[in-house]
Amino acid sequence: MPKKITIEPVTRVEGHGKVTIKIDDEGNVRESRLHIVEFRGFERFVQGRPYWEAPVLVQRLCGICPVSHHLAAAKALDVIVGAGTGDGLTAVGDKMRRLMHFGQFFQSHVLHFFHLSSPDFLFGINADPAIRNIIGVIDHHKDLAVQGVMMRKYGQEVIFHTAGKKIHGTGAIPGGINKNLSIAERDLLLNGADPLNADKMVEWSVAALAFFKAYHKSNKVLVDTFAEFPSNHLSLVRKDGAMDIYNGVLRAVDTNGKRILDDVDCQDYDKYIEEEVRSWSYMKFPYLKHLGKEKGWYRVGPLARLNVVDFIPTPLAQKEFEEFRSYTHGKPNNMSLHYHWARLIEVLYAAEEIRNLLKDPDLQNDDLVVKGEKLHKGVGVIEAPRGTLFHHYEINDDDQITLANLIVSTTNNNEPMNQAVNHTAKSFMNGQMEITEGMMNAVEVAIRAYDPCLSCATHALGQMPLEMKLVNENDEVIDTKIK
Amino acid sequence: MAQLRKRVLVYGYGNPGREDDGLGIEMAKMVQVWIDKHELGCMTTDSNYQLNIEDAEKISEWDIVVFIDASKDEDLHEFICKEVEPSDAKVEFTMHAVSPSYVLHLSEKLFNKAPETYVMGIKGYEWDFKEGLTDSAKLNLEQGFQYLTRKLAGWALIKKNLPISMLS
Repeated sequence: MPKKITIEPVTRVEGHGKVTIKIDDEGNVRESRLHIVEFRGFERFVQGRPYWEAPVLVQRLCGICPVSHHLAAAKALDVIVGAGTGDGLTAVGDKMRRLMHFGQFFQSHVLHFFHLSSPDFLFGINADPAIRNIIGVIDHHKDLAVQGVMMRKYGQEVIFHTAGKKIHGTGAIPGGINKNLSIAERDLLLNGADPLNADKMVEWSVAALAFFKAYHKSNKVLVDTFAEFPSNHLSLVRKDGAMDIYNGVLRAVDTNGKRILDDVDCQDYDKYIEEEVRSWSYMKFPYLKHLGKEKGWYRVGPLARLNVVDFIPTPLAQKEFEEFRSYTHGKPNNMSLHYHWARLIEVLYAAEEIRNLLKDPDLQNDDLVVKGEKLHKGVGVIEAPRGTLFHHYEINDDDQITLANLIVSTTNNNEPMNQAVNHTAKSFMNGQMEITEGMMNAVEVAIRAYDPCLSCATHALGQMPLEMKLVNENDEVIDTKIK
Repeated sequence: MAQLRKRVLVYGYGNPGREDDGLGIEMAKMVQVWIDKHELGCMTTDSNYQLNIEDAEKISEWDIVVFIDASKDEDLHEFICKEVEPSDAKVEFTMHAVSPSYVLHLSEKLFNKAPETYVMGIKGYEWDFKEGLTDSAKLNLEQGFQYLTRKLAGWALIKKNLPISMLS
């Protein structure tokens, strides 16, 4: 009789997910699904609220990446207050927001690599879980763990000095920003005491990449074949094709590199992207309308970005990008574990951009806000650390929000994560009637590569541990394990 | 000879945009007002959405740390305050937000510092997308505040720098 193996919730990713793997009597994997069992209803909540509250309100959505939501909402409201669709802000407004965004990018990627994924690389996914964790990293590579902590701290400091507050930052407002960067703040971030300065962050970012590449060299088969499958890739790009995580046009390529979305205006995103609802998950499944549900789904995030852009506009990251692209002979890279490689190239890109921006005197300008003719609809799109993030608002004549539509990064990666789980399950579990720690972690490693965030930011004491269930075809639980 | 002042960090965390999840942040605000009123330079507060790995470096600079969080524990009455032992156990199911005992463990392992650490959980009831605490949570917060400030006063007294007014 076919059985279902359920892993619930997924550890070391944000929020509550559940993986179900259905196997037959011989242990062959028949179907795998990543269910998202949480419903948030945030979009309805903001309806009726004054539009200018949105950049702060949306930070209630998630305490993990509030900056991304803050900036995407602010960009949408720039359009509504007549400040243009991304290039209408003053120089200080644009650059302060970018600095905030790079700070968020940097700290988020660093956390993911050093403290969530590095144990898998250092010890292997089949290693004893007693070792394969951050404590194991500390015991064997303390310098790496300390670097991760201090890089996180630096990124948080960048956010604090640009957003103005640690919680519910107010830095970005419709049409601009509410503070510039003082000379003292600039000097602290640029030339702070070792190691908290821009040069050290660039140096450590280069070292992190070298670490990954050394691992890759010794483990090519695993890294290159683990959850490798063809897909489309979508990202924001600058109009000249450069990587730009803050502003640009939408571009998508297929698995061969052919453009399937050709630099379209973000304001028109809903002409090109549709979301499918499936009965077994609260998280929708986005796809490109003109290709349909079956062929139109796409990856987002670090791997997708590096597959979509033409170049990276900072020298050290560009050099790494060229090596990354040459590895697949210029074709899109479809290897899930190469998300980590791409993520580290983006860490270096962010570090270089932070250093560049801190040296830019525009950050001390005082012309913080611009406004123009008010519109009733605005769309803000940015590349959040985990991928493309859409915020769409419409307002009435009383300035109240009448419609809000958010497509968050993890939602964009919903189908790819399901594909990754399926590929991994077939590779690691076919023929097995029992889940081992290594198999279970393999599935989690596949999901973790996408760095999903399912969080709603309520994290009060008393959370649930990892629970694993074995159920039969009738969904009757025949075994339960708690990790 | 004057003793060195013992330094105390009160660290509240949670999301104040999610109703009672803001209990930790609110407590940190109240305690900071109390610290300022009594001019206790040996103490301060901090707050954030959640604890994370970089907090290991932060707490390594302090002698005593009190983490304040909201609690969903239905069996809890008002609040609980207990000493934390370092642990690498995955108390939280996510690693993007980590537990006080995990932060303490990291501090010890990475920076060779293990401050005397407590966690205070204050009972909350509602967690929706709203600012502001429920009335029941406010009562628990007040009870917790009275308890915590007495504890802070005790730590200050040990160092003989306590203004008498603090006990009023």
